[in-house]
Amino acid sequence: MTTLTRGPEAVRLPAPAPAARRRGRWVTITLFLLPALVLFLLLVVAPMLVAVYSSAFKWNGFGGLPTDFIGLDNFTRLFGSEIFAQDLWHLLVLVVLSICLQLPFSLALAMLLNQRIRGRALYRVVFFAPYVLSEVITGVLFSLILAPDAGMANQLLSVFGIESEWLANPDTVMPSLFIVMTWKYFGFHMMIYLAGRQNIPNELIEAAQIDGATGWKTFRHVTLPLLGPTIRISIFLSVIYTIQLFDLVWILTGGGPSHSSETMAVTMMEWGFKRTQVGYASAISVVMFVLSLVFALIYQRFVMRRDLEGASTSMGGRR
Amino acid sequence: MNHGKATRARRTTLPLHLIAWIVGAFILIPVVYALLGGFKQNSELSANPFGLPETWATGNYTEVLASGSFWLQMWNSTFIAVATTVVTVALSALAAFVFARFAFRGRELYFTLFTAGLMFPFAVAILPIFVLLRTLGLLDNPMGVILTQAAFGLPLTIIILRGFFRSIPGELEEAATIDGCTPFGFFWRILLPMARPAIATVSVLAIVGSWNNFMLPLVVFSEEASWTLPLGIQQFQGQYASDTARILAYLVLAMVPALGFYAVAERHLVGGLTAGATKG
Repeated sequence: MTTLTRGPEAVRLPAPAPAARRRGRWVTITLFLLPALVLFLLLVVAPMLVAVYSSAFKWNGFGGLPTDFIGLDNFTRLFGSEIFAQDLWHLLVLVVLSICLQLPFSLALAMLLNQRIRGRALYRVVFFAPYVLSEVITGVLFSLILAPDAGMANQLLSVFGIESEWLANPDTVMPSLFIVMTWKYFGFHMMIYLAGRQNIPNELIEAAQIDGATGWKTFRHVTLPLLGPTIRISIFLSVIYTIQLFDLVWILTGGGPSHSSETMAVTMMEWGFKRTQVGYASAISVVMFVLSLVFALIYQRFVMRRDLEGASTSMGGRR
Repeated sequence: MNHGKATRARRTTLPLHLIAWIVGAFILIPVVYALLGGFKQNSELSANPFGLPETWATGNYTEVLASGSFWLQMWNSTFIAVATTVVTVALSALAAFVFARFAFRGRELYFTLFTAGLMFPFAVAILPIFVLLRTLGLLDNPMGVILTQAAFGLPLTIIILRGFFRSIPGELEEAATIDGCTPFGFFWRILLPMARPAIATVSVLAIVGSWNNFMLPLVVFSEEASWTLPLGIQQFQGQYASDTARILAYLVLAMVPALGFYAVAERHLVGGLTAGATKG
């Protein structure tokens, strides 16, 4: 009777079940779990292992598993490469810009749309809309808008006497890329903040105001600390996304001009598919993986630790 | 009295509206530019980028709509998105059911294995996946993309569904079993219908993820017949490099399904996408 249990708390109640029923139970478990497990092992776990494995080989991607073992040569070559150093620099630039500009901008708009202003539902819908468009659509659209000479951005900004080659100029390409990223993603972060804000009981805010706190003080000392878990998650998502950034850069600039907007994923695709140095490209992917993993572990260990211990960190506390 | 209050409120919110309008313009101007630009001649596009077209040239739009490749890409994207969602949700639901309602040796180990999958970014595995799909003969085959997307969708979907399945009281299951329900019967007839909100969330994630995916189709599909919309858009831009108005028309038409889906299921979409992300 109790072979079906309610959850982990019932694990320690193994009622003696008839052998036939127990066998039936195992058949169910196996049949239900196996399809997902096989697919996952075949297409997620195995490729991850192969990526790590092949990073120690010189390999063009053909003829079964690689055989030309070269130890850590791919990595030494990678760490000595100027392009890779630039990739890391671009990652840092985009992460800093996101945390210092894009996320505060999103937070400010979330606070704005948390006010009772007319039409805020419409504003929310519009601000979130770019997030549902693909990075390819976004990228192609902005590559036309930011085109040199007669591009729309130049025509619009010529009113202020600003004109640039945007994506074709190494000095402006990273800010341009960042603006496109912001266009696409700030609405998403704004929605996360709005949901986080709505989890804060209004009584707390009102109490602060009754005690005489001004708008800014209420925000600084009540709302902002209470939004801490939400903000930490959005920073986490933003960094992990930036480490893997590919589509948008590939479409907008292809990493150019002369590698000045290249990211690790773009470098990896260049070497893996255009020059078929799969071993070297795998080394890049391993670095991407290790970076995400180390960042995630450190961040969760030291920054999000308090949040994970019971506080409601996610939407509606459904974690 | 009442009236005075209302005007005061309007006056204080005026700066807020101003900011919201500026941000709204930042969001909308590119899209409106594309929409109107699709109706213009290329010469007019550079002379008059913002105004309404002098003559509404519908040629760009109708030519895209009349081209077989656009509809083929639309079909490919739809088919792959739907199939990915069905496979992801079906396999995840079965696994999540076992994780949520059965106690067996190794359960936590298997579950941890799946959750560790959250840490495996897709881009990292793309080269071995390409080699594997080539070995299996799944290049230029929609199944190559569908199965891979489903595999990478499993961890988050299983986590969300397991959480939901666990919240359903055990008494319900006992009652169903007493009434002669098999485990699968309980799963199929009681659990799944109850889990509709969670299923909606994970389906939204799977559909949008598949619809917008670019990297995987880029390496798997080389034949034009298999292309999805993102590949088609990228290729179209390359092919008509100087014909900006035509590309804009193509872009606008390619936006329609995503924005239409958003308009219809706004609440589900926002809820699903943000909940899914924050749960990772």
